[in-house]
Amino acid sequence: MRAPRGVGRRAFLKTSAGLVIGFYVAPRAAFGGLQAPAPKPLPDPNAFLRIGEDESVTVILAHAEMGQGIWTTLPMLLAEELGCDWNKVRVEHAPVAPPYAHTGFGMQMTGGSSSTWSEFDRYRQVGAAAREMLIQAAAEKWGVDPSTCRADAGFVVGPSQKLSFGQLAAAAQKRTPPASVRLKDPKDWKIVGRPTRRLDSPEKVTGRAEFGMDVRRPGMLTALVARPPVFGGSVKSVQSERAKAVPGVKAVVQVPTGVAVLGEHFWAAKLGREALQIDWEPGPGASLDSASLRKEFRDLALKPGAKAASAGDVEGALKTAAKTVEAEYEVPYLAHAPMEPLNCTVHLRPDGADVWTGTQFQTMDQGVVARIAGLKPEQVKIHTAFLGGGFGRRATPTSDFVTEAVQVAKAAGGSVPVKVVWTREDDVRGGYYRPMFLHKVRVGLGADGQPVAWKQTIVGQSIIEGTAFAPMMIKDGVDGSSVEGTADSPYVKGTPNHLVDLHSPKTPIPVLWWRSVGNSHTAFVMESVVDELAHAAGADPLEYRRRLLKDEPRHLAVLALAAEKAGWGRPLARGHFQGIAVHESFGSWAAEVAEVSVEGGTIRVHRVVCAMDCGVYVNPLGVRAQVESAVAFGLSAALHGELTFKGGKVEQSNFHDYPVLRLNEMPAVETHIVETSEKSGGVGEVGVPPLAPAVANAVFAATGKRLRRLPFSLA
Amino acid sequence: MKLTVNGTEHEVSAPDDMPLLWVLRDVLGMTGTKFGCGMAMCGACTVHVDGHAVRSCMLPARSVVGKKITTIEGISAGTLHAVQRAWIEEDVVQCGYCQPGQIMAAAGLLHEKPVPTDAEIDATMSGNICRCGTYLRIRAAVRRAAELAGGRS
Repeated sequence: MRAPRGVGRRAFLKTSAGLVIGFYVAPRAAFGGLQAPAPKPLPDPNAFLRIGEDESVTVILAHAEMGQGIWTTLPMLLAEELGCDWNKVRVEHAPVAPPYAHTGFGMQMTGGSSSTWSEFDRYRQVGAAAREMLIQAAAEKWGVDPSTCRADAGFVVGPSQKLSFGQLAAAAQKRTPPASVRLKDPKDWKIVGRPTRRLDSPEKVTGRAEFGMDVRRPGMLTALVARPPVFGGSVKSVQSERAKAVPGVKAVVQVPTGVAVLGEHFWAAKLGREALQIDWEPGPGASLDSASLRKEFRDLALKPGAKAASAGDVEGALKTAAKTVEAEYEVPYLAHAPMEPLNCTVHLRPDGADVWTGTQFQTMDQGVVARIAGLKPEQVKIHTAFLGGGFGRRATPTSDFVTEAVQVAKAAGGSVPVKVVWTREDDVRGGYYRPMFLHKVRVGLGADGQPVAWKQTIVGQSIIEGTAFAPMMIKDGVDGSSVEGTADSPYVKGTPNHLVDLHSPKTPIPVLWWRSVGNSHTAFVMESVVDELAHAAGADPLEYRRRLLKDEPRHLAVLALAAEKAGWGRPLARGHFQGIAVHESFGSWAAEVAEVSVEGGTIRVHRVVCAMDCGVYVNPLGVRAQVESAVAFGLSAALHGELTFKGGKVEQSNFHDYPVLRLNEMPAVETHIVETSEKSGGVGEVGVPPLAPAVANAVFAATGKRLRRLPFSLA
Repeated sequence: MKLTVNGTEHEVSAPDDMPLLWVLRDVLGMTGTKFGCGMAMCGACTVHVDGHAVRSCMLPARSVVGKKITTIEGISAGTLHAVQRAWIEEDVVQCGYCQPGQIMAAAGLLHEKPVPTDAEIDATMSGNICRCGTYLRIRAAVRRAAELAGGRS
């Protein structure tokens, strides 16, 4: 049997190093002859592409691969324009450096379902500019007009001759990058839009792919940190003699987050940590309790909050409405629980630092390491490993797991590399959760069943408050990420009298964005409430949505596609029922139809049909994978996910009491992508929001019971 | 203690209670086998002992002295196992962290049941968690691997 493509990748790169084409194309470089600003040369000429004399084409990724597939998607964009042999494409994560800043957000990061749309132009421009440089190099060599040459499958082909990219790389490298490039007409695309298998499969199926957890450095110690059992707690006193006596334990050090035990290996550090005797100062968080927190939220929802959206006279219209629907919806705190527990390896030296980790926030991490280590940011190298899942957890504004690792390395004396590893229990109990939210909704319907008044009060912790993002993302006391999907909902905006307000109570619990952020709760509420309204109005849930969304063509298109493919309204297997939901997020639209049965109090989801409008798509296999992934992620939360607090402590710890979806619960998923020429939107998170309400609405159809709390309980 | 991993005998110095997972990863430097939960609940640490899929995160290394241990690094000699080929064909992986364990679980199943039923696939593969939700493609790839191993490729 033939070895798979890419098996010899590391050896390959070694031989190709040194012969490079490097350049930078300003993000606003011109299209089709428009005047463009002069391209700026980069400090590092190898910014996005290296072509080796061995014909390898190495694409440098400005974003981190965490399962979303950009290891393949971004090279597809570049290769489309470059005209290389796709089989020769290799990929590397970029170092942390200014050229790799997000084209929209200004810092090097991965998140917000933005990697594809934000690089849609830049990676194509890089490919096009490199193609032009290769063609010019060949034309000069042959003494022909460059316009008589073209790039094809890794060669520049002239009127009567051809040379490979590898043969031309050295000459092309010396050329000045073009000031502007002409990108291909989409009708000529050969790679973009075609189903393309992942480039990272060979290393991931052989165990060779290196995740942060797999980093090994000479002399490295492994550290586990004992953290306060209550958020905001601290160490009162610690006795570490027993821990130090554990074979293999090398040191015990105190850091701001707790007490770290450093060992020769994970096992020594783990046994050492268990042997620590720590007297904790619990702090004010010790009284934290889920039941009282829910009551506090419920009480808050009765008071006016900060206004996120308002129009007309909502109270007046509620009084005169023909019918009112009133409901309270709740979602719990959730851990991201990526399969790879958090970890970070740090090597501090007097003249610099190396950090190996799977991170979504390189720029933040670099700054934090520099500050703690007393270095300049440019002295800190971040080596981005593959991420064993992120879902937002590896994008913390405080760089929490990197910060802690640097503090441990510093406290340990800074001479050897230190890898801080979190156990699963540390991960589940370590905070940075999707916040708990409560929504109180009152909607008044007119005699025709249309909403005339919509009042919604949202209660939940702000993710953004206290972070560097606050000035941008909190306006007039409203954290936009708490109300996205409600304040801008077409249902709310289409209702003449409406009010959306927000309370952002503070607790000691660290909170964070979790795949689809605010939409993870707002879509559940909006799409469930609309289902309630349809029922109150005596209308079919699909037809009712069509009425309310009559001016929203992209909502309507995904609704129609999902309904058609799912056979909405047609007979189903005995005992099966359907529910539908539609939601816009991250610049894309998704409608999902869930088919469920309820047997003996157990909800079984048999099939989910998703219609996705993500604008122009790059890799349909990637879109399909992310829709399936979103269904699994959303269903995990809908059926199982819940963290609770008692005496200030998180009650769950590992997969037995914080279960996630397993294969036997996975429904069939059908993904249908809308063909459109609209601008690309996000994909990775977009399939999550409609899942829970689609299932809840199907359960209502099956049982008449309205599920207003996640995770679902029929009891 | 002496451990036979992927056909090679290693003299290992490790604490008595050290699980096989950490001997593989931290002593022998074979990091393909993953740490996910430490409680034998997620399957990321799956290896084969005498041909059977087992969880290595709670299995004391001392208990497998004298047995044949196979890890993801050794499942195929210089080529790819049918399960790995099927995984590539079906484009299974996403973040990839759980996949060595998934592949070892699938290979263990096919070793015992060369043509597993859908129910057998579900029963075995439900022991391995994938947070990216690659489950549908895992199911398809196990079926495909059974075909490939049966020589019908």
